[in-house]
Formats: sequence, C-alpha cells, structure tokens
Amino acid sequence: MIVGQQKDFEEIKKMISSYNRILVLGCQTCVAVSFAGGMREVEILASMIRMDRKMAGQDIEIIEDATLRQCDFEFIDSVENLVDDCDVVLSLACGVGVQALAERYPDKVILPGLNTSFMGLTEKMGVWSERCAGCGNCILDKTGGLCPIARCSKGLLNGPCGGSMDGKCEISSDVDCVWQLIIDRLRALNQLEKLEEIFPIKDWDVSGHGGTRKIIREDLTA
Amino acid sequence: MSTKTPSRLEKILAAGHMAVTSECGPPRGSKGEVITKKAEMIKDYVDAINITDNQTSVTRLCSLAACIRLKLMGVEPILQMVTRDRNRIALQSDILGAASFDLYNILCLSGDHQQFGDSPQGQNVFDLDSIQLIQTVRYMRDEGKFLGGDDIDQPPKMFVGAAANPFADPFEIRVPRLAKKIAAGVEFIQTQCIYNLEKFELWMKMARDRGLHEKVYILAGVTPFKSAGMAKYMKNRVPGMDVPDEVVNRMSGVPKEKQPEEGIKICVESIQRLKEVEGVKGFHVMAIEWEEKVLEIVEQSGLYPRPKIE
Repeated sequence: MIVGQQKDFEEIKKMISSYNRILVLGCQTCVAVSFAGGMREVEILASMIRMDRKMAGQDIEIIEDATLRQCDFEFIDSVENLVDDCDVVLSLACGVGVQALAERYPDKVILPGLNTSFMGLTEKMGVWSERCAGCGNCILDKTGGLCPIARCSKGLLNGPCGGSMDGKCEISSDVDCVWQLIIDRLRALNQLEKLEEIFPIKDWDVSGHGGTRKIIREDLTA
Repeated sequence: MSTKTPSRLEKILAAGHMAVTSECGPPRGSKGEVITKKAEMIKDYVDAINITDNQTSVTRLCSLAACIRLKLMGVEPILQMVTRDRNRIALQSDILGAASFDLYNILCLSGDHQQFGDSPQGQNVFDLDSIQLIQTVRYMRDEGKFLGGDDIDQPPKMFVGAAANPFADPFEIRVPRLAKKIAAGVEFIQTQCIYNLEKFELWMKMARDRGLHEKVYILAGVTPFKSAGMAKYMKNRVPGMDVPDEVVNRMSGVPKEKQPEEGIKICVESIQRLKEVEGVKGFHVMAIEWEEKVLEIVEQSGLYPRPKIE
C-alpha cells in the first residue's frame, strides 16, 4: 500500500491561511491504514483547524468527508457537490489522489495535507516501512524476495557493501542491511550460490528515468 | 605474468615485486599544491598514489584533477572513482578524461553513503555499483566500446582495481564477494585497514583455497594509529572496521606522547607479519593526514628502496 504521513500542522495552516471555506477530504484506502488520511484523521485535522482559527478570532467553515478511493475518478465524481461548495480542497489522500482531484476539478485549488512517503507495509501497530520502489522490472526472484533497490541505502544490486556490520546498514544501527537479510534468506532456501551471480547493469529506463510511465493495454482499451 | 596496460603498478606486480601504494586526500578547497606537496614527500617510497574521491562523502577537490597533478609531476596516480555521485554517462566520460592524461590505474568503488558527509540532503546516484563499474572499465578497455555499444576512438588503458573488506559482515560471503569482483574483471585489490590479523589470515586462506590469490593481486591495507583516541574512534565509529581490543589497549597502554611511535610500531609489525602471508602481493599504506609517516613505515618494513621500472 501507499504509506503517507500528515504534514506539519504549521505548514497546513500556512497553505490554507487565505481560505475560509474548506473541504477536508480523506481517502479510505491506503492512507487510512497508515492512520494519516482516513475519516478519523479528517475529523481530527478539521477540529484542529477550527480551534486554531477560533483562537485567532477568524471565521472558517469546514466540510469533512472521505472518498473510498481518491485515486479513482469514479469515486471522486461522487463528491462533486462538496467540491463545488468550497473555496479549496485540502486532500488527505496520497499524491495520486491529490492529482486526480486536480485533474477532475480544474477550476478548484487542491492542496496536499499529506506527504506521500513510500510503498510499504505495516510492520506492527504504528510502524510502517518501505518495501517497493516501483522500478518497473521486478528482480525479487533473484534476491530471495527482498528488494535491494527499495531497501539498500545505496540501492546496490551486487551487495552488500563494505559497510554492513552486525546485520545493520552503515547509515544507522536502526536500519537493517537488506543484503544481510537476503543472504540469510538465500541460505535458508539453499540458494546462496545466487550471490555469486553478477547482477548486470540495470535498465532504469522503465523505472521513471525514461520519463513518466504509462501502461496501455490494447485488449482493454479497444 | 604479462601486462595488459602501461601501468607501472601492474608492471611492478607482474615482475613479482611487493608493491607499495599510498593515498592522499584532496583538500577542501582549490589549492592544488596541497596534493603535490603531499605527493612530493612520499613519491620515492611508493609505486603509486591513490587519490580519494570525496571520501566519507565530504565534498573536496576532485580526484581526477588531483590525479592529473600527480601525473604532471611524474608520479603514478590511482584514480579512485565512486558510483555514488555519477551516472554511467559521467563515469565513462571521466574515465576517458583520465585516459586522455595517460592515467593508467583506477579503483572502482561504490562509495560511502552521503549521510556521512557534508551533503546528507543530496541525492545519491548508484546507477552502477562497484562491481558493474569494474565491468564497465574492462569493457571500455578490452572491447573498445561504450556501454551503449558504440566504438571508442582510442579506448582507455587502465589497470583495474577495487577494494575488499575482509572484516565487514557477513564474513562467510567476503571471499565469495572477492570471487565476484574477480569474475567482473578486477585485477588488483586494496583491502580495508587490517588490525585483526588472524581474521585477515583466515580470509586469505579461504581465498587461496579457491585459488583466488593467483587471479588477482592483493595489496594489504594498513593505517598507523596516531593516538589511542584514533584507535577507539576507528573501532567504534568507522563502518566496516575491525580493531581488536588488544590493539586499542596496546595504544592506551603507553603515555600520550609515545602513542604516535607505538602506532607506527604496530603498523610495521603488521606489515612484517603480512609479508609472510601467501597471496599478499604488496601493501596499501594509508596514513590519514599523516602522510609524512609513510616514509618511515616503508623504510622500517624493509620495503625501501622501491624497484625501478620504466
């Protein structure tokens, strides 16, 4: 899923400072799971904004809602009335949701209330970590199901580097060396010999460096 | 052994001499003479000098320019090149730039993470990793082609080196990793600083068991401690460094003013012992910001005078 983190309140305050009628619009899919942009977070943020404006003696009207999936036109069409009715939309969806709204409602200012952090999973309550970099050419078959592009600090394909110590990355003792994890897993799978295969120079063209990516399935578009 | 490049380092190794290399870090400014001064001091005691490439991710005068300065004064440089800061276009371009000044040695590295240095907010590149850079230089040299497949008009002639750290974890893959670098085409290795001699000897034995010592020239890395504080710092703070307690204790066991002398002594003793290890073909003496000590280390280790080879 996409993991997000709400922006600092001061930053949000500054973004919305010139608006008095705001739609705070969450998303009930990925970012709700990371407790950043679901209905609950919409309500809390709306309360904070109201309180802040009240203390400053300023009026504000806030509409609160959350779409099921803000990255899907089908779901954002259903909030058309709410969007029409406000000065600005403060979206608590990921960057895809924010852009979907902007695309659907070209005359409306859409503001991001979250930082879209990464594609990852919930390790345990309150802890999320990155798993996939969306490089466009999956290599997990060669690395024991653990991704060095997303999880090695240097994205090394022929790791580990010389900075791996006690299973940790050279950048911090809080960061696992994914190459150590890959080795442990390959050993358990009896595939350690895979480590001696040289990983060839990667084609980053499909990972976004070749320009914005798009998939067209002609069997579906016809 | 026959040689493939005009590298003086390669010739010395191929002739069966114990090679001696050292390294100089470029300045944090544009005073090129800092490099030439350091090189002038040690040049008669070493066969070639590495110039580090923004080591520990601290921005410095570039390795290529500093290497050219060495070349112009008649000293053999080893161009260190990390893949952290350049993509494949820049790497190949710098290799050609180096070749245009007749630089004949390159050390292929991935580089420390930028978090250690003065630009932790910067993007890293790692379009290639160190093993892929080894392959790239060999391809450019041996096939005379760019990675993109086009012909190079006068390919580079470089003796290709890499680093090896026998002490990083996990230990069991350290020799397979050396084998992988050899398969990629590396011709000489400079190791991480060796303080844990038993562990290094075990690593060398495991390398010999696979016949790797006959496929690559291994130069053992040594660095003298200036003080007990430095020993402790290297032990605790430098990634991938293995400094046994007994070495730290030996440094702390002598009065502060005697510590530099003790550090040199430990270094010389290490070289003496490592000379006897089958497969060690030379030494890489890294006297960090203490270059003047390279002279006495080389001399006291019986590695002076250096062979004359043209």
